[in-house]
Amino acid sequence: MRQITVTVNGEAHAREVEPRLLLIHFLRDELGLTGSHWGCDTSNCGACVVWLDEVPVKSCTVLAVMADGHRVRTVEGLAVGGRLDPVQVGFSECHGLQCGFCTPGMMMTARWLLDRSPDPSPAEIREALSGQVCRCTGYENIVRSVRWAAEHGAGGHEPGEHSGAATGSVPA
Amino acid sequence: MQVPAQVEYEQAASVEHALDLLARSGPEARILAGGHSLIPMMKLRLAQPETLIDINGLSELAFLEVTGDELRIGALTRHAGLLAAAGAGEHFPILHDAERVIADPVVREWGTIGGSLCQADPSEDLSAVFAALRATMVIRHPAGIRTVPAREFFTGPYETVVAPGEILTEIRVAIRPGGGSSYQKVGRRVGDWPVGAAGAALWLDGDVISGTGIGLTAVGARHFVAAEAEEFLRGRPATEENFGRAGQIAAENCQPVSDQRGPAEYKRHLASELTTRALRAALRRAAPRRAGGQRRPGDG
Ligand SMILES: Cc1cc2nc3c(=O)[nH]c(=O)nc-3n(C[C@H](O)[C@H](O)[C@H](O)COP(=O)(O)OP(=O)(O)OC[C@H]3O[C@@H](n4cnc5c(N)ncnc54)[C@H](O)[C@@H]3O)c2cc1C
Ligand code: FES
Ligand code: FES
Repeated sequence: MRQITVTVNGEAHAREVEPRLLLIHFLRDELGLTGSHWGCDTSNCGACVVWLDEVPVKSCTVLAVMADGHRVRTVEGLAVGGRLDPVQVGFSECHGLQCGFCTPGMMMTARWLLDRSPDPSPAEIREALSGQVCRCTGYENIVRSVRWAAEHGAGGHEPGEHSGAATGSVPA
Repeated sequence: MQVPAQVEYEQAASVEHALDLLARSGPEARILAGGHSLIPMMKLRLAQPETLIDINGLSELAFLEVTGDELRIGALTRHAGLLAAAGAGEHFPILHDAERVIADPVVREWGTIGGSLCQADPSEDLSAVFAALRATMVIRHPAGIRTVPAREFFTGPYETVVAPGEILTEIRVAIRPGGGSSYQKVGRRVGDWPVGAAGAALWLDGDVISGTGIGLTAVGARHFVAAEAEEFLRGRPATEENFGRAGQIAAENCQPVSDQRGPAEYKRHLASELTTRALRAALRRAAPRRAGGQRRPGDG
């Protein structure tokens, strides 16, 4: 067992875990954050994408111990101060989901894309999401949802406004 | 549900510390870089290391620089970092050709160059790329460093010359003028491993090929190299006919196997066709510089 401290959506969590525990199970089973979905278990579908520090990762393919001392952002941390992220509003407005299984991962990667490229073309959006699978929507509405977010104040989200920065708890 | 077997875990604070941890943990210890090959293998119990030594904190291994006439890539450089490095792509377009089609953008943020090479999967894209570029691998061990040509680095499927207790620290590629390079891959879908792929680097003296490197992956080429095709081209003019012949020679000398990605005969066809295409594209990229002329759009 190993003692780790991970700052998830701005809140520090200390736990004793087995080194073999995957980050997705740490989030879902240890912390009860079931927004991140666990799908293929083979790093192919992207349902489990969260941010580790500033970078999206398929959380079925990292160990929880690798996040020790780092910040994780999940779909539960997408809304800031009770205000939905424009990406979330976009998915709602443009019918970007049907069953919703892929949606948390799609939104985390979309948020990352928009932070780096606030006005992405549909081709850029497809490329960014190309490692993630949706069995329902046919992708068209997902692309529209991300475009909606780009057109409706994606830039209004201050970098560093999320996760650990708010409490300043654990350095990256 | 796929669960890795029990394992010990250590975080390295420096390369020396990592070497020390490796020495203390014995032969069943493994370096953990991005983990995007090792963790899936552990989940399938194809790998059962006793100890993982996490090097993700070692910023000293995450560098990319052009020094004098050499490109140096730290082993912990991520695929995304190499893809974003303009200087690397300018000198060696083959690097960006390949990185654009390795896995997907999220995986590319985590997978490392060193991890890809040490994994030595028979379908690894970068193995063919650095074989084509005749790169040099820098390996640290407790007593110092040793360097190994990329072409002698791979000893078999999933096997390299990196011994227990050693760490790959960087990859060096010599920058020579008058060259061009390209990577051509066919996969079943976006982000997938290659069914077959070829990389070519070409150096010209006038119209004559003064040097070449051809790397092949996923088609059973020894050491990821098409040595006979290289031999054929050296000293010959850079013509379409010679490129076609080189492709045939490359295909004749590889040993593809049929698997879920495709039948052996199709892979052999790809070895030939993709070698020819890579040589053709490498020539286009070398030519404008050779003539001092303008690049045409699409030559990239
Ligand atoms: C969904 C998916 C798609 C992929 N598609 C492709 C593809 O199309 N083409 C392709 O080529 N690859 C592909 N990959 C593989 C990916 O490029 C590699 O898995 C990854 O980059 C390996 O690097 P890593 O840092 O994750 O290595 P790890 O998984 O951390 O390590 C791999 C091996 O190398 C050893 N190792 C790592 N670093 C060092 C070091 N510095 N010194 C000594 N030993 C070391 C480890 O002990 C381990 O044995 C894909 C992977 C995934 C998950
Ligand atoms: S569950 Fe992680 S990528 Fe599918
Ligand atoms: S909405 Fe069902 S998988 Fe995407």
